[in-house]
Parts: sequence; C-alpha cells; structure tokens
Amino acid sequence: MHETLSNLPLLSGLPAQVLVVLAMVSAGGIILGCIAVGGMFFIWSERKVAGYIQSRYGPMYVGGWHGVLQSLADGVKLLLKEDIWPEKADKPLWRMAPLLVFLGAFLSFVVLPFGPNFVGANLDIGLFYVMATSSLVVMGVISAGWGSNNKWALYGALRGAAQVISYEIPLGLALLPVVMSTGSLNLGTIIQAQAGWIHNWHLLNPLFFVSFWIYVISSLAEVNRVPFDLPETESELVSGYHTEYTGMKFAFFFLGEYADMFVVSAIGVTVFLGGWYSGIPALDVPALFPLIFILKSFFLVFVQIWLRWTLPRLRVDQLMYVCWKVFIPIALANLLLYGVIRTVLS
Amino acid sequence: MHQQFATVFVFMLLGLAFLFVSQIASKLLRPKNPYAAKQQSYECGEEPEGSPWIQFNVRFYLIALFFIVFDVEIIFMLPWAVVFNEMLGTVGPLAFWEMFTFVCVLLVGLAYVWLKGDLDWVKTIIARDDDELVNRGLSRYSSGDKLGKPGLGASEYV
Repeated sequence: MHETLSNLPLLSGLPAQVLVVLAMVSAGGIILGCIAVGGMFFIWSERKVAGYIQSRYGPMYVGGWHGVLQSLADGVKLLLKEDIWPEKADKPLWRMAPLLVFLGAFLSFVVLPFGPNFVGANLDIGLFYVMATSSLVVMGVISAGWGSNNKWALYGALRGAAQVISYEIPLGLALLPVVMSTGSLNLGTIIQAQAGWIHNWHLLNPLFFVSFWIYVISSLAEVNRVPFDLPETESELVSGYHTEYTGMKFAFFFLGEYADMFVVSAIGVTVFLGGWYSGIPALDVPALFPLIFILKSFFLVFVQIWLRWTLPRLRVDQLMYVCWKVFIPIALANLLLYGVIRTVLS
Repeated sequence: MHQQFATVFVFMLLGLAFLFVSQIASKLLRPKNPYAAKQQSYECGEEPEGSPWIQFNVRFYLIALFFIVFDVEIIFMLPWAVVFNEMLGTVGPLAFWEMFTFVCVLLVGLAYVWLKGDLDWVKTIIARDDDELVNRGLSRYSSGDKLGKPGLGASEYV
C-alpha cells in the first residue's frame, strides 16, 4: 500500500519508512471506520430484520428512510450517557474488560483478505492468528464477570467462558482438513486454492461440507448468538456479563460483538465459500473482489440475524452435549477420514 | 514478514487510541452524579443479598481441563496439517499414520471421560423415595439427561 501512497504528489518527497508507517496508520483508520459504520449498519439491519420477521416495521423515524440513522442516534446517546460504576467492582478488571472484548474483535480484522492486495497484514499464520485473537474475547468476558462483583455477571461470564472454550475445539478441528488440503494458514493462499468455477469452493467438497456446518454452528456459539446466547440470556441473567456496564463501556461490548459476527462470517467465506472469487471466472476482475467478499460475508451475517429471530435458546446441558458428544467426535472422524482418503490416494 | 507484524502492532495501538479517545470524549460530555444507591450492585432493584462470589458448578472447571487437552492437540496438529501435502510426497503414508496414532490415544481419553459421565452436565440422581427428592428441592418429574428425555429419577441443574 505504501507504493500507492508514494505516487501521490503531496507525499512523494517523504522517505520510505515514513510512508510505510503512514500506510499502516491509514489502513488501520479505514478499518476502524468500517467497523464503526459496519457495526451500526448491522445493528440497524438486525432491528429491521427482527421487525419484518415479527410482522412489524422496526425503527422508522430517525434519518428519514426506514430509520437508517437510528444506530447513529443510539451511538450518540451512549456517548452522552452517565458512566455508573458499581461501588464494589474490582475497578482495574472491570475497566479492562470492554477494551479486551473490542480489541479482540478489532485485531482479527487485520488479516481479513478483502482482495489479493487489499489486506492489512498478509500473515502466513493468518488463520491461527484469528483463532488467537478471538480467544482474547474470552478474557474480556471473564474479567467483566469477575470484576463487576455481581451475581448475574459472574454466572454469565462462567457460562460464556465454558461455552466459548468448548466450541473453540470443534471450530479448530473443522478448519484443519482445509489446512491439510491447501497446505497453508495464509488466508490469501486458502482463497486462491478455490479459484475458478464454483465447484472449486471448499464448501462443495463432501468432507469440507461437513466441516462447514460444524464451523458455522460453532461460530454462532463463539460469538454468543442465539441459539447459543446463554452468557447473556436477558430472560434469566438480566444481561449476563455486561449487566453492570453503561454508556461507552457498554457500547464497546456491543460494537465488539457485532464486529466479531463479521469476523467469523468473513473467515467462513474465506475458508469455505471461495473468498473474493464469485464462482464464475468471467466475473473475477480485481475491482470486484472486495465487493464480492463483503457481500458474501454480509450474507452469513444475515443468516446469523435470521437464526436469532427463528430459533429458541438451548439449555446449558444441551449446549455441552452438542459440543462434546456430537461435534467433537464428528469433526475428529471427518479429519481422520480426510487423512485416510488422501493417504490412500497418494 | 517483520513489516506484517509491525502492521499488527500499529493496529493494536490504533485500536487502543480509539478506545481511549472515545472514553475521554464521553467523559467530557456526560453528566456525573454518583450516589450510594446508584452504585449498588444491580440485583433487579433489591438490596444486594450476601456476597456475589457465589458457589458455582464444579463442572465449569472440568470443562476447562478438557479444553486444555484438546486445544493443545489442535495447536500440535496445525503445523502438521500445513506440511501434510509435502510429507505425503517425501515420507509417504507414515506422515498420516503417526498423527492417526496420536489422535487415537486422545480418543481413548475422550472415551474415558465420556464413559465416566463427566461430559454430562446434568447428573441423574436415583432417589430412594419422594422425601429425598423434596429435600433436594426437586420433583420426580424434572427432566433427565440428554435433550429433555424424561429421566428415571430427577436431575440437578446448575
């Protein structure tokens, strides 16, 4: 990206190192802006989708057309809200929690490949890096629950931690066959293995098809979405681990959650749905790559929203049953089967 | 490669800067009016009862222990998965069968935990009579193990 910057007349005289740093900062700024705007868009679209699924309109007034500016108004409201801190809270932990949750989601965006050259940091260990940063969120959830010094928050945090760490295992196991096939953890390389017609997408390989469904369902659990929203369960735990947060701190939890929804969808698109390729070679022009990638990711985000307003919540015991007794055995068997087939064929 | 990780670092600094700037902006704009009742721990409007450091189900610890075993397994398998294609060319089928053996050893562990019943969140209690159930605050018709199938006795929830 810094080559592009050096071509601009205003910046052409600057030394290369300065340009590199400028490129990094501007890329980060663009992504930060996209998270803020995208997060608001997702919140608005979630409310609209929820409205239409329940035969009502959802927000209609702020911003004229179908209440498009509703989320912006809510953001301003949260900025102006009084910050109420519980007297008995463990202050450092309590303050750190929303930062960890937001940073965990934000740092994952660095490696998302929107196009061959349109990526913050093209890490060779991209997939592993995303698995690591998404674990940061668990730390935030636990420190929120423990730091709040509140019974609801502690229950929510414990459930959240147990759920997220449990589902990380089928999630990782579901990604492994694809890594074995492509021989790389670099997200760009994984996408390039799916170039060409749509049948090259990993989704349409029978074994990866199983992986895809395990990935999609486990990723719902990773981002605490219905039917896996036990850490929040507004009907039994008030609001779960973020019960004691108001104003901007609450906004960070909220933004982090919606950014995370996009991250898991984008990784699903990268690994299984052909990433920036449209599936029709004639349409694969570099200018369209980011658009295709974002549209596919939005579709998976829409599926998450759709499921939220369709399915009832699971119980804790059902949640653990599905993870440990269904997904982990299936994912391991799938992995071994893939290995056997490859070994026999070679 | 170093530059890629430098980008990650710059992103982290930017994210932190965003967090602090928006917190400071909010601090300048928002009202501040704390008083004792407002700062009580939230318990649906009641006075907080007892300590919030409640006892919780020991199975949360067990899940964390199992997680460590399986997560280490995944970390161990990732580098192997990356070089799997090359290894099939150089050392042949051994590349797979070695990892197969390792996974089988772990599967024995999973089977052990499964058969011991440590993966069951709800333990079924075989009660001798109705009095014992009542003493535990349960009814004979509470749902049992596995997806709402009625249990023989009654079960204990979190």
